[in-house]
Amino acid sequence: SGPSRRGPIYFFPSKMAASSRAQVLDLYRAMLRESKHFSAYNYRTYAVRRIRDAFRENKNVKDPVEIQALVNKAKRDLGIIRRQVLIGQMYSTDKLIIENQEKPRT
Amino acid sequence: MLLRTAWRRAAAAVPVAPGPNSTAPTRGLRLRGTLRALLAATVPAGADLPPWRGDAPEYYTASLFLVDHATQSDVPSATATPPQAESELRPLYMDVQATTPLDPRVLDAMIPYLVNYYGNPHSRTHAYGWESEAAMEHARQQVASLIGADPREIIFTSGATESNNIAIKGVARFYRSRKKHLITTQTEHKCVLDSCRSLEAEGFQVTYLPVKKSGIIDLKELESAIQPDTSLVSVMTVNNEIGVKQPIAEIGRICSSRKVYFHTDAAQAVGKIPLDVNDMKIDLMSISGHKIYGPKGVGAIYIRRRPRVRVEALQSGGGQERGMRSGTVPTPLVVGLGAACEVAQQEMEYDHKRISKLAERLTQKIMKSLPDVVMNGDPEHHYPGCINLSFAYVEGESLLMALKDVALSSGSACTSASLEPSYVLRAIGTDEDLAHSSIRFGIGRFTTEEEVDYTVEKCIHHVKRLREMSPLWEMVQDGIDLKSIKWTQH
Repeated sequence: SGPSRRGPIYFFPSKMAASSRAQVLDLYRAMLRESKHFSAYNYRTYAVRRIRDAFRENKNVKDPVEIQALVNKAKRDLGIIRRQVLIGQMYSTDKLIIENQEKPRT
Repeated sequence: MLLRTAWRRAAAAVPVAPGPNSTAPTRGLRLRGTLRALLAATVPAGADLPPWRGDAPEYYTASLFLVDHATQSDVPSATATPPQAESELRPLYMDVQATTPLDPRVLDAMIPYLVNYYGNPHSRTHAYGWESEAAMEHARQQVASLIGADPREIIFTSGATESNNIAIKGVARFYRSRKKHLITTQTEHKCVLDSCRSLEAEGFQVTYLPVKKSGIIDLKELESAIQPDTSLVSVMTVNNEIGVKQPIAEIGRICSSRKVYFHTDAAQAVGKIPLDVNDMKIDLMSISGHKIYGPKGVGAIYIRRRPRVRVEALQSGGGQERGMRSGTVPTPLVVGLGAACEVAQQEMEYDHKRISKLAERLTQKIMKSLPDVVMNGDPEHHYPGCINLSFAYVEGESLLMALKDVALSSGSACTSASLEPSYVLRAIGTDEDLAHSSIRFGIGRFTTEEEVDYTVEKCIHHVKRLREMSPLWEMVQDGIDLKSIKWTQH
């Protein structure tokens, strides 16, 4: 199941052009979705946490040039996540001792 | 045969997607689509796949042959998966001072240079060499910008140990005719102390400055130790065992005013705390790749050009790296080092804030629940990610054995083979028995709150259990002062 609508809408100012706002939302969702497939616990938790914190931190950026730069960087990072998720799954190993106990997919 | 059975096991883990063949029995399962689709469907990833075995080629080829014409019975396979017992789960990694995992962004930058762009960066005549050289120079720029240096001042080496050797032996030997004295501290890394020892055998004099109880050197002692024939002062930025931060800016000021070269082993500090070689008046600095989420086997040394620091090269050869370190520069590794430095520069503030919070959580929880716990090292001038605690009346080795689900260390990895307590703890004046009961907790970029909580919980539990078993603890509880006991000999 995807993330609830509430979170992302709160993050982004309404003055943004609709297309880039939708683009940012899509990127955010796609990055979180991909990150949850990391087989290594530490990479998975880091990616999810970092993506959330980074989007939250940049939610008030107004300058369109800066927004575009951030979006481009996010697209590159999405590519990195996709490739590294695949590699991690190809070479996966046993889970960590706490993965049994924690709720899945934090 | 093995191929099919291994694949069937993996296939059984995949939920069968409805499709045109949805009526086909599981036995004749035909998986269409690519590796990607399969792996996307395998949730949670890795859990149902057996542990990766590099010598079993069917795990690779299985991903390519997606059709299972199963009509025969299962042949018992030699590669049967053992049940996922408790002991198969991997321990938590809390030993980041020993080494760090590769950041995925670093690995992503390295792979092209391991697969396709494999040229020698010193080949000047073809595109393979040019692209490799371009990558190497780009990495040099990334490393330089992290420490505020010029790219021409960065020399790639095989690690901080080699960098330390080059700095200490190289500078000492170059100025051998006029300057015969070096200064270092008692808490330095083994490679620095060992280099100094080998220089003493060559006829140099070395002063090993003591440290205060806090682990920090006394600046007055440093000033009084500098002689007219001192060529080099070497003090590490952040200690790898107790996490203490030395006053590098002040030491740099003292050294530059007395015209003495200042070298710092910044392996544990680079990328974690802000460093600027010009603000801190550093002349030489050692950098390690695998302490900053980069690959193992690579490091760098910063050697100041203005005013020029002359260094006698240790490794002779084709004159690579400005003649300071001959040998082909390993492009994939230096690209990884450069990427790690760039990521560290971007993430420094975020990581530092998070690691400080987690470190505070760890120490507060332990100190609140357990009496007689001592933190080694100055609490104020301290890098938060390295916490060294001594648990009185508990033997360190037995506590480490008990905490088998957490990867920890007592003291540094290079000295863990010896039975002696750490020389760093001895230098800060820790009692012999407390030095034996010290554990070093490492918190890094990828450490989670759950891992810290689990570690704390297990640590408290086992310390309490071990103390219950300890006769010394019993005596302390009865109010006996252990120092007043006269131990008899039988």
